[in-house]
Amino acid sequence: MPVLFFLIQKEFLQIFRNRIMLPLLLIMPVFQTVLLSFAANYEIKNLAIAVTDHDRSATSRALIRKFTASGYFRLAALPADAKSAEAELATDRADLLLEIPPQMERDFVREKRATIRITANAINAVKAGMAIGYAGNMLRDFNQELLAGSPAAAPARIEIAYSNWYNPRLDYKTFMVPGILGLIVSMIICFLTALNIVREREIGTIEQMNVTPAPKWTFILGKLIPFWLLSLVMMAVGLTVGRLLFDIPMEGSLGLVFLYTLFFTPCMLGLGFLISNFSDTQQQGMFTAWFFLVICILMSGLFTPLESMPDWAQWMNLLNPIRYFVEFMRLVLLKGAGFEDIRHNFLSVLTYAVLVNSLAVATYQKRVS
Amino acid sequence: MFPFLKKEFLHILRDRRTLMILFGMPVAQVLLFGFVLNNEIKDAPIAVLDPAGDYASVTLTNKLVASGYFHIETRLGDAGAIEPEFRKGRIRMALVFPPDFGRALAHEGYATVQLIGDAGDPNTANALINYAQAIIADYQTAYNQGTGAPVGITASTRMQYNPEQKAVFNFVPGVMTMILMLIAAMMTSITLAREKELGTMEVLLVSPLRPIQILLGKTIPYLLLSMLNAVIVVLLGIFVFGMPMRGSVALLAAECFLYMFVSLALGIFISTRAKDQMTAMFFSALGLLMPTMLLSGFIFPRESMPWVLQKIGMAIPATWFNPIIKGIMIKGVGLEALATQTMVLGGMAVFLLALSLKNFKDRL
Amino acid sequence: MSPIIARDLTKTFGAFTAVDRLNLEVRQGEIFGFLGANGAGKTTALRMLTGLLKPSAGTAEVAGIDVSRHPNRVKQRIGYMSQKFSLYEDLTVRENIRLYGGIYGLKPAEIRVKTEQVLRELELTDLQNALARALPLGWKQKLAFSTAMLHDPAIVFLDEPTSGVDPLARRQFWELIYAAAGRGVTLMVTTHYMEEAEYCARVSIMADGRIAALDTPARLKARFGVGTMDEIFRAIRNA
Repeated sequence: MPVLFFLIQKEFLQIFRNRIMLPLLLIMPVFQTVLLSFAANYEIKNLAIAVTDHDRSATSRALIRKFTASGYFRLAALPADAKSAEAELATDRADLLLEIPPQMERDFVREKRATIRITANAINAVKAGMAIGYAGNMLRDFNQELLAGSPAAAPARIEIAYSNWYNPRLDYKTFMVPGILGLIVSMIICFLTALNIVREREIGTIEQMNVTPAPKWTFILGKLIPFWLLSLVMMAVGLTVGRLLFDIPMEGSLGLVFLYTLFFTPCMLGLGFLISNFSDTQQQGMFTAWFFLVICILMSGLFTPLESMPDWAQWMNLLNPIRYFVEFMRLVLLKGAGFEDIRHNFLSVLTYAVLVNSLAVATYQKRVS
Repeated sequence: MFPFLKKEFLHILRDRRTLMILFGMPVAQVLLFGFVLNNEIKDAPIAVLDPAGDYASVTLTNKLVASGYFHIETRLGDAGAIEPEFRKGRIRMALVFPPDFGRALAHEGYATVQLIGDAGDPNTANALINYAQAIIADYQTAYNQGTGAPVGITASTRMQYNPEQKAVFNFVPGVMTMILMLIAAMMTSITLAREKELGTMEVLLVSPLRPIQILLGKTIPYLLLSMLNAVIVVLLGIFVFGMPMRGSVALLAAECFLYMFVSLALGIFISTRAKDQMTAMFFSALGLLMPTMLLSGFIFPRESMPWVLQKIGMAIPATWFNPIIKGIMIKGVGLEALATQTMVLGGMAVFLLALSLKNFKDRL
Repeated sequence: MSPIIARDLTKTFGAFTAVDRLNLEVRQGEIFGFLGANGAGKTTALRMLTGLLKPSAGTAEVAGIDVSRHPNRVKQRIGYMSQKFSLYEDLTVRENIRLYGGIYGLKPAEIRVKTEQVLRELELTDLQNALARALPLGWKQKLAFSTAMLHDPAIVFLDEPTSGVDPLARRQFWELIYAAAGRGVTLMVTTHYMEEAEYCARVSIMADGRIAALDTPARLKARFGVGTMDEIFRAIRNA
């Protein structure tokens, strides 16, 4: 189809001539991925605690040391009373307050029991929950050490051996890097496609194209194919950097990843095209695309687990292309899943791509009504 | 200048689609965060391998399920069956008991239980193991209390500011921060870039309007729009999700304005650097919005980020504004507690406005 | 058969009627001037005739094909030049010509020949590798016209081709139009420059979506008893 060839040639000429956009496209994803993968984790570390120690005994000091030596907490302040402690919490100088009652050591020696008070800033409830969880574990360990040498009958103890498969060091980057990379490339491609077409509409070049005998689908393919190829290049660059910088395990075959991207990108392209069909100005196109993409990203399962979403949301997610992508990346890049395991996902993506692109072609009007 | 302002307003109001999205977006986000997205763990599918199935192991398993965090997806016959379940993505954790769990606990006072997490999703794995550990420890304490053994130091905990641990307390301020930034910065940068792209900016610049008037004329509508948006988000948070409003409304409004000025200045700055709308948009989205979402502490805690990123986060206005909203609405504090953050924002506002104005005057 | 026929061609946008039962026939090989003030409905009518806009009622027949029903069939036979320069500003002169040559199905050898031809005719050989953006308006318009003619269409629609162009360039442009007509091409040209009407074989004057007058410039002037097209126009407006 020579007409298609000329259209693709034109698109590439324009892409390469854009001195700002091209480098942006190649560098941005990598840069963002690197930057954000370092940021994106929910680990609790370095939480600031303020300790009010009314006891000031060897035991209380040992307890405080246990907390601060753990790496989870750091000592931010030593307020003298409850009121100044509250102030630390109010000004965000501390995330957690520890209050050790007077005579704690004496109570402990006599009755083998004592109570301390922990107050957490629970505005970020999950963070607070985790912090209290860690504090609890630390206390239990502390108790273990204290009671080990005691003459009284030792309590029964359940030892928990835990391990994490696929990511033994619980390294968030392993998980986040492929996900964020795919996310950014998807986003960019969707925007580019949408804006590119709307721009032609805004400046009028689309009209000249519409008056030629070139059929709709040729015009559409002439736009999609160059961006398709562009996305593959972006993914390749990103994955290479990821492998080098982060040493992401690439257990699943790399070929499978590429094959998938080959079929996945058309989903985003089609989406971008569809949006452009309903936008009159670049501004509108931008905002519409932004609207959908943010929602898709948030619901994709990358930042919050899919299972905790209500059923109706999980149904809606079937229309979310990014959700499939995240699932695939996780299964293949981290768990080394083979084709059989992801067949369902793959078919869903294919179906989605076909549907959305058909819709885009159907709603593209060479002749405006 | 007034007719100019009016024209800008009309222009915005006429673009229904963009308007719908400008207002629909924050509402959708708040609703999403409120009803759909949460980090809470609930009914996570797990596999149990319990060869003996004695009283202790069964009780412990039931305790785990009763917590609501776990849901038994499948019971396994042997250790070899674990891997396929993980690979297919059917379970998030495996609970493995030894064959003599109950007996060992009763007679030797010591038994082991194994937890295997699927760290392909480290967030969830970490949380699940954390919760499981806590529940097992509780079981251990209860078991021991039954036998009269020493308990040790325990903690009474209090969840300050948010006793019911509602997620909304964290995300409504976050969404507000994002929205105010989005509208003020992004829209401003795109609008100004549009004038540049279409060539109408030159027309404005040769008119009797002074540059500052042009800037104000273009940005005030968006200032008001984002204010309106913020109000909607706050009202949604309060009336639909039960967020408190313990502090002073006046202070909140003032701080919002301050923050918006900063965002506005950023938007203007971006527009002076971008040659057309697409570039402005990419700069805003990738250079402003993504870092704001990810580095400001809204979603991911800042304390656990590498030092470099924490420092970069300090240059982001949202990082300072987030605690201000939380402070006013949830903690009910006044300006004294928020002095540092307010001053930083104020400094940013002045600096950026001056910089943008200068840039705006120099470049066309 | 007439190359361009409009029968009761109508276009409404909501309550507003942009083109109201347009009836006209353009003859083979003629240069037809489609005049009218801005907003009279000229561009809308033209877009319906080229298959860019769907009519609300009536029919448009171009090259014997019912454009209202089969818009795509006519496209190989027609050329079109829009009011705003709609070639690609970030492509060079040469690249633009090549692109449209290819889209209209010209073989690579043909494209090369035609490109040289166009560059020579328009005296753009020195600027052939300059971005279209860099050309002055008059040259842009000439380029757009030549590009529209690449595939040797029998019928060409030109929407305000000389708008904003200096008088000298405008004259050069009309020379191109005459050359095409000399080759047997039928041209329908819209313009709001009334003096350009003199260059046309016949003109129609549109006002408020309707044709207020249609005839040769000479006969129109006689009918209205005036010396210039401008006065005719004013007479119609005041009627």
